[in-house]
Amino acid sequence: MKIHPFLIEVAQVALLLFLAPLFAGWVKMLKCWFQGRTSPSLLQPYRDLSKLFSKDVVLAENASWIFRFTPYLVFGVSVMAGSIIPTLSTDLPLSATADVIVLVALFAIARFFTALAGMDIGTAFGGMGSSREMTIASLAEPAMLMAVFAVSLVGKSTSLSQMTAVISQGGHAMLRPSLVFALLSFILIALAETGRVPVDNPDTHLELTMIHEAMILEYSGRHLALIEWAGMMKLYLFVVLGIASFFPWGIALNDDLLVVFTALAVLVLKLGFVGVGLVLIETGLAKMRIFRITEFLGSAFLFATLGMMSYFMLE
Amino acid sequence: MVLTPVSIIASSFAVILALLVLTPIVSRNQRLLIIVGFSFTTISSFLATAAGVWTVANGTISQVVIPLGLPDLPFHLRLDVLSGFFLTVVGLLSTFVSLYSIGYVNGFLGRRSITSLVVFYSLFLVGMQLVVLADDALFFLIAWELMAAASYFLVLFEDERVENRRAAFLYLVVAHVGAIAILLSFGIMAGLATGFSGFQSYTFDAMRETELPAGLATAAFLLAFFGFSAKAGVIPLHVWLPEAHPVAPSNISALMSGVMLKTAIYGMVRVIFDLIGVFPWWWGAFVLVFGLVSAVLGVLYALMQSDLKRLLAYSSVENIGIILISIGLCMIFTSFDQSLLAALAMIAALYHSLNHAMFKGLLFMGAGAVLHATHERNMDEMGGLIRFMPWTSSLFLIGCLSISALPPFNGFVSEWITYQAFLLSPALSSPLLNLLIPLGAALLALTSALAAALFVKAFGVTFLGHRRGHHAHDHVHEADWFMRIGMVLTAVTCFGLGVFPTFLINWMDPITEYLVGDTISSSAAGFGWMWLTPISHERASYSAPVVFLGIFAVVAITYLLLHTRSGAIRRAPLWDCGFEKVTNRMQYTATSFSMPLRRIFGFLFSIKEHVRLLPETAHRAFPEQLQYHLRVRDRFWIWIYQPIADASFWVSRRIGRMQHGRIQIYLIYSFVTIIVLLIFSK
Amino acid sequence: MNSTIAAQLNSLLAALILLTAFALVVQRRMNALLHIFAWQGFLLAVSTAIVGFVGGAHHLYISSILTLSVKVMLLPYILHKLIQKLKIHKEIDSLINIPTTMLIGIVLVIFSYHLTAPIRELSTLVTRSTIAVALATFMLGFLMMITRKHAVTQIIGFLAMENGLLFAATSATYGMPLVVELGVALDLLIAAFIFGMFFFHISTTFDSLDVDQMARLKEED
Repeated sequence: MKIHPFLIEVAQVALLLFLAPLFAGWVKMLKCWFQGRTSPSLLQPYRDLSKLFSKDVVLAENASWIFRFTPYLVFGVSVMAGSIIPTLSTDLPLSATADVIVLVALFAIARFFTALAGMDIGTAFGGMGSSREMTIASLAEPAMLMAVFAVSLVGKSTSLSQMTAVISQGGHAMLRPSLVFALLSFILIALAETGRVPVDNPDTHLELTMIHEAMILEYSGRHLALIEWAGMMKLYLFVVLGIASFFPWGIALNDDLLVVFTALAVLVLKLGFVGVGLVLIETGLAKMRIFRITEFLGSAFLFATLGMMSYFMLE
Repeated sequence: MVLTPVSIIASSFAVILALLVLTPIVSRNQRLLIIVGFSFTTISSFLATAAGVWTVANGTISQVVIPLGLPDLPFHLRLDVLSGFFLTVVGLLSTFVSLYSIGYVNGFLGRRSITSLVVFYSLFLVGMQLVVLADDALFFLIAWELMAAASYFLVLFEDERVENRRAAFLYLVVAHVGAIAILLSFGIMAGLATGFSGFQSYTFDAMRETELPAGLATAAFLLAFFGFSAKAGVIPLHVWLPEAHPVAPSNISALMSGVMLKTAIYGMVRVIFDLIGVFPWWWGAFVLVFGLVSAVLGVLYALMQSDLKRLLAYSSVENIGIILISIGLCMIFTSFDQSLLAALAMIAALYHSLNHAMFKGLLFMGAGAVLHATHERNMDEMGGLIRFMPWTSSLFLIGCLSISALPPFNGFVSEWITYQAFLLSPALSSPLLNLLIPLGAALLALTSALAAALFVKAFGVTFLGHRRGHHAHDHVHEADWFMRIGMVLTAVTCFGLGVFPTFLINWMDPITEYLVGDTISSSAAGFGWMWLTPISHERASYSAPVVFLGIFAVVAITYLLLHTRSGAIRRAPLWDCGFEKVTNRMQYTATSFSMPLRRIFGFLFSIKEHVRLLPETAHRAFPEQLQYHLRVRDRFWIWIYQPIADASFWVSRRIGRMQHGRIQIYLIYSFVTIIVLLIFSK
Repeated sequence: MNSTIAAQLNSLLAALILLTAFALVVQRRMNALLHIFAWQGFLLAVSTAIVGFVGGAHHLYISSILTLSVKVMLLPYILHKLIQKLKIHKEIDSLINIPTTMLIGIVLVIFSYHLTAPIRELSTLVTRSTIAVALATFMLGFLMMITRKHAVTQIIGFLAMENGLLFAATSATYGMPLVVELGVALDLLIAAFIFGMFFFHISTTFDSLDVDQMARLKEED
């Protein structure tokens, strides 16, 4: 039985909106288990978000329209990004509107405006967060592009649906050195972009170690809810992007209903495993000094370049 | 009068001529002069744009011979698709800047005479238009010189300050060094056209026909590249850009950065693809490397600046680098006979030229408005201007978004096409290039990300937060209507070029057909006007309108959903983690924003950082006052220009020994010369 | 396992060996260096065994076992004991900073690839594409010897070079004659013992194994 591709699109966006907090809750739960603490409930992020939505917004007196506009824009961009990446099926109508380079640019828009919002208030924290965030982003971009390049060489396209389709039909794809290296590089970049240990600690509110938190320090109420939600969506999106590029088996290649349901189940399973992997990395590593991040991202760039070179040299 | 592109462009010149005739009559009333002068230039630029658009759309070539010039050496003019494109670029930005100038130049009223500004502005426009129309070496160089001289006087407009004079002089020197190289290059090509005998081969037509032998072709290429790079501001010949652009009036800076640099790009494309035509792949690699170096170093130097206009000038160096990257790729693809990919790269280069003219013009116009209102160029004295200048800040923001290559604005489209050209490089048959070109793509990604950081800094420090300096902000006013119109039109163009790229690519079809022999519009726009699909639909596709509408829709829906049911917004003092004594001085300044990048990339500059405790007797752990001194210098000054300046001074001192000032010695010189001539005339 | 899967597996192993070579060049900590070196030896042994299986050159099995015992178990053990005995610092300085070293490494890889292009045209073996990686491993070992300031890292660099050569021999000609391999392995063991004795003497003379200190040995004039 066939579903209309438009319904798949809507289902994907709905999944993005509702699974992202659940995934964040899962990661939090695992982290607490690993660290021997009692964890909050799996549904706690939903409760946090609804609490924030119902609270008043308190704005600084000198906050401008950019400060108020940013949460909406960041949320909108994340939703748009979610509609491009194939999670359930590659038969996505909106996937043809943007390829992986556009996806990277969408994240860049969100980052640009968040950095501006950080500078808008005129505190030292905001400026610090903006400055560090833009520095890390500028070092992560070349590595991200090289990883994308390596994957697009294998997938013979930069369109995400095409890449997923080609790689999942390729067979023995995991034996290709270019993809192995690109995966290693992608993991490092994802850690940097989503602000996890060892680049930035998402749980901290210590002033000198914040990067992302510093930029959004002054937000409250529904603005903060939108930004927190967008942050969870960003993590979800990076995980789903990695799955679509490197472990796409299970994603439906057509719009048959049964296959799509199986894809949903497989997706939830994969998310569970990735959560475990993420928590292992976060618990095993310590947060790095800011200027060691250059070497970290340099290694990511190195892996991606090796991946690209091994495509030409070894395949 | 028959309506052809040539007649339109002729009428454009006629308008300027009328203006020059009217100027002495009107110059008594300076206010009227401003309005009349810049209205005339607006009309003239608009006509030039119309001529350019029409020529490219039709793909026609028109040639005219004007019997001015030297006897037997008349001027040749040619309006073909390449000229038409650059005429559009020049004319479009000039139209908007001329409108802007009507309001901006009012700031100079009463302090100095505007007449020279109006006259040289018109001559500058004429010079640029004639450069892209010239069809022989003589006329080209005359127009080039006109452009350089007019802009020199414009840079020197506020000549009471020493640094302005020095900057203008440096500009003049570098421009002429470049002109000499261009002259030599034309000389080689013209000489080969006739076998070094006779003068008739100075036309571009003659140069087109000739086949140049490899060695001399390389010499001509290198000289032309050197000469045009001096004007374009490619590293290491960029040193005049950050000096000259900031001191010129802002509307002039907008034109210089936006369109004068593009005439150099025009020159390069004309010489390499049209006049020389056939070349080996290493020329393209050479251009690519220079492009990459300029892009990366340009943006890094820009990040170190705290003067707003200097920052924008270095950013122009970066964007010229990006254009050269695309041109280099195009050359590499052409030399491997991949004409479709070459067309793609050429479209990327030309699209970026137009985009840069638009957004850099917008940014300089915005900076001019800020300068007009605050009389400050130093970003560390600004802040919080968004409340006083809502229009200017929003328009400047559009410029920042465009230049940072963010959808849905125009900068993203040309970057996207450039990345697609890079990603198609595996089609080349050289394994070495297959490995090296993707590294170039990584450097382009680095540049692009650093540019985003740069413009967060530029916009954030200038407009957001609180006032950082010591002066009060009470008298800051918004820009007046003419300035706003100029900027709004430019911003709308930026948006239009970003959301409707297929129309522009269709329009640019004849250009790539002429230069590299292939077009991409059949595939690029082949899927419908909404989709940009270079090469093929499966390979890559981007639909700018859909992306924009998608984001807009989600933002609007979320806003409506949340706004209707939630409570009002409360205003309160800054929280700042509960810290009470927040002052303006605690904000991040331009210098502090770029500190992490200065640490990481500092090895590329010559940096001197010095911290001093005041009073001297205070202990380091309990400072009362700190004095911080930072100096970031361009290494190229120290490595290249300083030694050359020193060497030329040394040589001239040696030669200067001949001038003793004593009459006897001069008489001896004359006497010896007469004797020598008498001996040799036997 | 058939030939194409073996070829792919071999390519993957080659890529991982290249990765370990890079890791050796940029790694700062002594214990990590030994671990990575052991991994490199292990990957090399597996690759040799696979090539032996596919190419039918059975003496490569013996070579593989030799590599496994000497390079993966014996040499790291000896070096570990040496480090413990001499109480060497855990962190090593390098001559140029890490990102620059990585860039030089990338340039060397591209250079090796370019250099071995004609061999790739001519060879008919399953392993022809891995020759570039082998040459790159050799060069990276040399780079490690140049850029590190510690005597122990210089011997690890020397051993990494030897790994590269062995890998090159396996990919180009399905291995060297067995007698030659045995001879090389014995030489390595003796070299390790002699190095150990020298390190002990250097350490007692200079109180450190930092090669910068040995610059004191030059004649003052």
